[in-house]
Amino acid sequence: MQGTRKEEGSVTKSDLIETVAAKLHLPKGKAELIVNCVFDSMEESLKKGERIEIRGFGSFEIRHYKAYEGRNPRTGDPVGVHPKRLPFFKVGKELKERVNEAAQKKDTKDQAPPTPMSASG
Amino acid sequence: MTKADIIENVYEKVGGFSKKEAAEIVETVFDTIKETLERGEKIKISGFGNFVVRDKNARVGRNPQTGEEITISARRVLTFKPSQVLKNALNT
Repeated sequence: MQGTRKEEGSVTKSDLIETVAAKLHLPKGKAELIVNCVFDSMEESLKKGERIEIRGFGSFEIRHYKAYEGRNPRTGDPVGVHPKRLPFFKVGKELKERVNEAAQKKDTKDQAPPTPMSASG
Repeated sequence: MTKADIIENVYEKVGGFSKKEAAEIVETVFDTIKETLERGEKIKISGFGNFVVRDKNARVGRNPQTGEEITISARRVLTFKPSQVLKNALNT
């Protein structure tokens, strides 16, 4: 993973493709087709309104939102917001624990957690 | 949809390998994503969305059943922010 203008602490789809290609000794073009197919499949499934469940990773489902009257935050003008569908991701138990435990271990090792003020959430 | 359906799609649409190999490849894709997130890095999939890890401070919560106050420890959580492209695709 050696992208040219790589943002710190961030992995893009092309980084993911490169890693998958290297791990499996696949040509990069092939790995690209595969990774794209994975996400295209998930998008198609969500479009149909289906729920996706990837064990050990998490699940995606579509949430339906009703129309409501919102406001332009700058001008205060009322705006009609149409009903919409949004994907919602729920992290799986295994990954949830792995992400959190890795953070706990790291904190005790290098004692450099983010300062309380900067950790927005 | 489950992982098995994704494997089936990769097998049929990309082709060039056995079903067993397709399964191994899809597994590797998700393993790589998980390893990245475990390191505390975010994953940006253009056209789909971003998986972001966020550090949460400890806070005081309440047991909703008993009303008892409890401290929720500091933790790291994973969130998904769908891309505008995906949001549009779901609403057309």
